[in-house]
Amino acid sequence: MTDVATAPKVEEKLFQNRYLVDAGKPHIKVRAHEVPSAGLLSMTKLCPAGCYALTESGQVEVAADGCLECGTCRIMTKTTGEIEWNYPRGGFGVLYKFG
Amino acid sequence: MANVEDKFDAIVVGAGPSGNAAAYTMAREGLNVLQIERGEYAGSKNVQGAILYADALEKIIPEFRDEAPLERHVIEQRMWTMDDTSHTGMHYRSSDFNEAKPNRYTILRAQFDKWFSSKVKEAGALVLCETTVTELVKDLTGTVIGVRTDRQGNPIYADVVVLAEGVNGLVGQRSGLREEVAADSVALAVKEMHFLPRETIEARFNLKGNEGVVIEAMGTITKGMTGTGFLYTNEESISVGIGCIVSDFAQSQVSPSELLEAFKAHPSIAPLIEGAEVKEYAAHLIPEGGYKAIPQLTGEGWIVVGDAGQFVNAVHREGSNLAMTTGRLAAETVVRLHRLGEEMSARNLKDYETRLEASFVMKDLKKYKGIPALLHRNKGTFFGAYPRLISQAMQTWFRVDGVDKKSKEQAILRNFRQTRTLRGLIGDAWSVARAWR
Repeated sequence: MTDVATAPKVEEKLFQNRYLVDAGKPHIKVRAHEVPSAGLLSMTKLCPAGCYALTESGQVEVAADGCLECGTCRIMTKTTGEIEWNYPRGGFGVLYKFG
Repeated sequence: MANVEDKFDAIVVGAGPSGNAAAYTMAREGLNVLQIERGEYAGSKNVQGAILYADALEKIIPEFRDEAPLERHVIEQRMWTMDDTSHTGMHYRSSDFNEAKPNRYTILRAQFDKWFSSKVKEAGALVLCETTVTELVKDLTGTVIGVRTDRQGNPIYADVVVLAEGVNGLVGQRSGLREEVAADSVALAVKEMHFLPRETIEARFNLKGNEGVVIEAMGTITKGMTGTGFLYTNEESISVGIGCIVSDFAQSQVSPSELLEAFKAHPSIAPLIEGAEVKEYAAHLIPEGGYKAIPQLTGEGWIVVGDAGQFVNAVHREGSNLAMTTGRLAAETVVRLHRLGEEMSARNLKDYETRLEASFVMKDLKKYKGIPALLHRNKGTFFGAYPRLISQAMQTWFRVDGVDKKSKEQAILRNFRQTRTLRGLIGDAWSVARAWR
């Protein structure tokens, strides 16, 4: 039985996946902010790919290279508009082998 | 083959089950169809459990079994309610499912969608991959007349645009056709692909040849959230996943990937996937709002199919069959109007909604229209209290410890009454019965 405490981290899971990263053109951007909303802050826990992190000065930042393109963050911030969310350019992003 | 500069009879946005069903049906009937897909190939962006229900595809491609990449036909369905150390199961296994034309199959969507797309091309549609549709193009009256993509160049025009763009539905949203998806009517599911030799899978699940088993599970595995876990046997892999309503994740602040790890570590699941090599980790949203969450489906020059229209029967875990059926019905409406030389107006496209009403799609979604809200409102009860009570009752009943059976019966009933109260038990039964009707 796997011990949850020693379970693989999200980053390790993402190594299994195929991606074609559109270098320099992230498809998700967090707008500049002083204090993140509860919805945006929760993405540091809720993002299934662990793309969101809290900086030392208390802002939420995104590194979308490992994004699984689920859309949860867009829905979580729909009322605050703190995230600019687009699909990656055609052909880029996660490339599921099995789906 | 048509040139992209031309005007098409129809443009289909997206190449999942609904888009492929629509594009195939229209192209086969001779319409000049352009299908646009953002993935490298059809299927590369698509995620599902996944179970294919034969009936919906048979109505589109009757001979699909001869060539489609299918994993295993399902002969056994296990429904589990789980607490932290146990599962109580209702299993249905029948050799009747070993029929010449099996009813349900496990599939791998990336491979299946690629095959379906090849059929769309054979039928004569032009399939443009690696292209993201960015917006709908409207004329001065607001009628949709085409699409813009992220490729340079002019808009591409068509008589009608079929929006098969999936659950996120950005194109329709940003063109003002519908609202953003609500956090309480969509589930976030995460899934891993666990590879094992086929003999190992067959031994662990008591299978021969291409027989398969599916497990659907609910209970404390979702940590008080509205959701379910699943495990599906494929030919040489096992799909394991778990999903919960997004607003519940927001409330609980549970990490989806940790939720999946805990599900995999459950003593009822861990031995089934032990020693497997994980080859993919996926996440996807599933529309779970049911009938009440269905957006506007038709308008001037546009029509919505599949997940973009919230066509998922969450109670029965059906989605791809609703997707294919809505895609086919939308296409049949378009083909009919095209043949009659009629406009693709909002009024004429309503024919699609009439067809939907007459099909199992709307009948089933209507039947269960009260279920999503009921489960969500009482998630602590249905996904926590009852699974625990059922497990405790089973344990009390099966453990032989010198206590007489009458006392055991009384202890079980007392536990139910103390946890839910008599009024609560009756209320729960009443509200489920009413929502189920």
